[in-house]
Amino acid sequence: MLRNGSIGRRRLLQGTGAALAAGALPLHGVRAQKPLVIGFIYVGPRDDYGYNQAHAEAAAVIKKMAGVKVVEEEKVPETVAVEKSMESMINLDGATLLFPTSFGYFDPHMLRMAQKYPKLQFRHCGGLWTRDKHPANTGSYFGYIDECQYLNGVVAGHVSKTGKLGFIAAKPIPQVLRNINAFTLGARSANPKITTQVIFTGDWALPVKEAEATNSMVAQGVDVVTCHVDSPKVVVETAERAGIYACGYHANQAKLAPKGYLTGAEWNWEKVYTDFVAAMKAGSVPGNFVRGGLKEGFVKTSAFGPAVTEKARAQHEAVKTQMLGGNYVIFKGPLKDNKGNTVITAGTEYIQTEPTLEAMSYLIDGVLGATS
Amino acid sequence: MQTDLGLWAVPLAMLAGAIRVSTPFIFVSLGECLTERSGRINLGLEGTLVMGAMSAYGVALQTGSPWAGVLVAGLIGLLLGGLHAAICNLPRVNDIATGIALMLAATGLAFFLGKPLVQPKAPNLSAVELGWWSDIPQVRSALQVNWLFVLGIVLAPALWWALRKTRWGLVVRLAGESVDAARAMGVSVAWVRLLATAAGGFLSGIGGAFLSLYYPGSWNEGLSSGQGLMAVALVIFARWNPLRCLWASLLFGAAGAISPALQSVGVTQGYYLFGAAPYVLTLAIMIITCSPERSLRGAPGELGVTR
Repeated sequence: MLRNGSIGRRRLLQGTGAALAAGALPLHGVRAQKPLVIGFIYVGPRDDYGYNQAHAEAAAVIKKMAGVKVVEEEKVPETVAVEKSMESMINLDGATLLFPTSFGYFDPHMLRMAQKYPKLQFRHCGGLWTRDKHPANTGSYFGYIDECQYLNGVVAGHVSKTGKLGFIAAKPIPQVLRNINAFTLGARSANPKITTQVIFTGDWALPVKEAEATNSMVAQGVDVVTCHVDSPKVVVETAERAGIYACGYHANQAKLAPKGYLTGAEWNWEKVYTDFVAAMKAGSVPGNFVRGGLKEGFVKTSAFGPAVTEKARAQHEAVKTQMLGGNYVIFKGPLKDNKGNTVITAGTEYIQTEPTLEAMSYLIDGVLGATS
Repeated sequence: MQTDLGLWAVPLAMLAGAIRVSTPFIFVSLGECLTERSGRINLGLEGTLVMGAMSAYGVALQTGSPWAGVLVAGLIGLLLGGLHAAICNLPRVNDIATGIALMLAATGLAFFLGKPLVQPKAPNLSAVELGWWSDIPQVRSALQVNWLFVLGIVLAPALWWALRKTRWGLVVRLAGESVDAARAMGVSVAWVRLLATAAGGFLSGIGGAFLSLYYPGSWNEGLSSGQGLMAVALVIFARWNPLRCLWASLLFGAAGAISPALQSVGVTQGYYLFGAAPYVLTLAIMIITCSPERSLRGAPGELGVTR
C-alpha cells in the first residue's frame, strides 16, 4: 500500500532532479560511464529453497561482474504492483535491463512497461513470448528442466522398492505436466511397471497442504517423491521425516534431507544471465526467444545422495551424457496418455524445441491422476 | 512395508489429517472462545499465530530447545493479546478494526524478522507414538501425535468446565453478557477483558509454535495460509463452546485432508472442490443455523459489531 503514494513523490523528485540536472551540464559526462543497471523482480522470498532462490543466486553472481549494478525486489505480487516496481527501478535506479521472473508478470504488466519504455530491454522467465505479437524489446527465456526431471525419474525408478512414486504439483499447467510426464518416463525406463501418483495442491505455496499430500502418499506406499511447487522445502523435509526418498526441484535441497535426498533438478540461471549481460555490454541486446537444457547449461542436476544405487547412477550418467550431447529425445511415439488416447504416434519424435511440448495438456500412461 | 487398505485409506487419512492439522485450530479457537466470552473480538489472532510461529522457530534455533520456543511463542502471543486489549479498553475504540490492524502489523513484523529464519533448520518437537497396538503402518503413522495436540484435547474440557463451574468463569461470562451487571457486582470489565484477551493470545501463540516446530515443521511466509482467520470463524460455528471448538477443529482438520487423501487413492475428479471443503462446510453450517428471528444462539450479549 505504501507504494501507491510513492510513485507521485518519485515523479516529483525525478522532475526536480531533471530540472537541476539540466542546469548542471557536467552530469552528462558522468552518464557515459555509469554501470549497466539490471533489475530483478521476484514473486516470493529470495531464500525459499526454490524458484526464487534459483534466480537470486544467479543475480548474486551477476552482481560481482565489473560495471554491473543489480537492483532486486522480492515478494512482488503478480498485479499492478510489479509495474510500480519496474517504474521505480527504471526511474530511480536507472535500470536498462529488467527481469520480472514470475509467470504472471508478463501479460499485461511487463508488456505495458515495454511499450512505455521502448528503449529499455525486458526479458521474462517463462514461455510466453511470440514473435510479431509482442514488442521487440521484450522476450522470454526458459530452461528444459524436464530433462533433469527425467533423470530424477531414472534414479527414483531404480531406488523405489514399492514401485510407487509421488509427484506433488501446484497446478496443471503445461510446464508442470511436462515435468510430471518426463519424471514418469524416466522412471519407466528403469522399471516399466512403475506408477507416479500425482496430487495437485491448487496453488504455488501451501505448506500445510504439501505436507498433507506427502503424508497421504506415504500412507499409500509411495517411497520416492518429487514436486513442482515454489518451495520444495516442506515436501523434502516431510519425506525425510517419514523415512522415504525425495528428488529435489528448483534448487538444491540436499541439506534438508541428508538421508533421503537422491538427486534433483536445478536451474542454472547464472549461465543465462551472464550471457545476457555480455550481450548488453557488447552493445547488443539479449535474444528474444532463449531456450536451453542441460546441453546449453541452463539446468543442472544435484549431486547424488547416499541412497542412490550403482545401477541408478550408471543409467543416470549414461542418459545425461547423451542429453549433454544434444541427442536424447524424451518425448517420442508411441506414447499414450493415461486415458488410453495416443498423444504421440509411433515414429514421431519431439525434440525439446518442439512448440507442441510447450502446450502439453495430458498426463501419460503410468501417471495416476487427472488434470482437472 | 505398507498395507493396501483400498478405500479405507480415505477415512484413515482424514483421521490422520485431523490429528496432524487440527492443533493450531484448537489452540486459536479456544483462545478466541475465551476472549469472545469476555465480550471482545480479537481478529488479530492470525497475526499472533504467524508471529508465534516465527518466534518459536527463532528461539528453538537459538537455544536448541523447541519447548523454549513454544514458551516464547506463548509469551509473544500474550503481549500481542494484551496490546489488543489495552487499545480496545480506550473509549470508543472498535475492536474489529483494531484486530485487523494488529493482524496486518504482526504478520508484517513476523515476515520482516523471520527473513533470516527461512533457510536454517530448527530442532522440532518430538512425536508421541499412540499406535503401538496396531500392525498396520498407516494406523501407526496416523496416531503419531504431538504433546501439544494432547494438551489441546485436555484444555478444551478444562476450559469448558472452568467457564461453567468456577467463579472466574462466571466473571468472564458476566463481562461478556452484560457490562452493567458486571459493574453492579463490582467487577472491572476492563481488567477481565484484558486478562481474557491476553490469555487467548497466549494460546494462539502456542498454536503458531505447533505450525513451525511440528507440522509442517519449518518457518516460511506462507505457513499459516489463513488458518488463524478460519479458527476465529470456527468459534462462531462452535457457538462459543470450548468443547464444540474442539470438535469443530478436528472436523476442519479432517476436511482439509480430504483433497490429498482422495487424490492419493485415485479419486481425481474435482480436487479444487474438495480443497474448498472446509470453507463450504463453514458456509453451509452458518446458513443452516442462522435465523432472522433471533441473534445467534450462545452469542455473548456484549459481543457485536455495532459498538
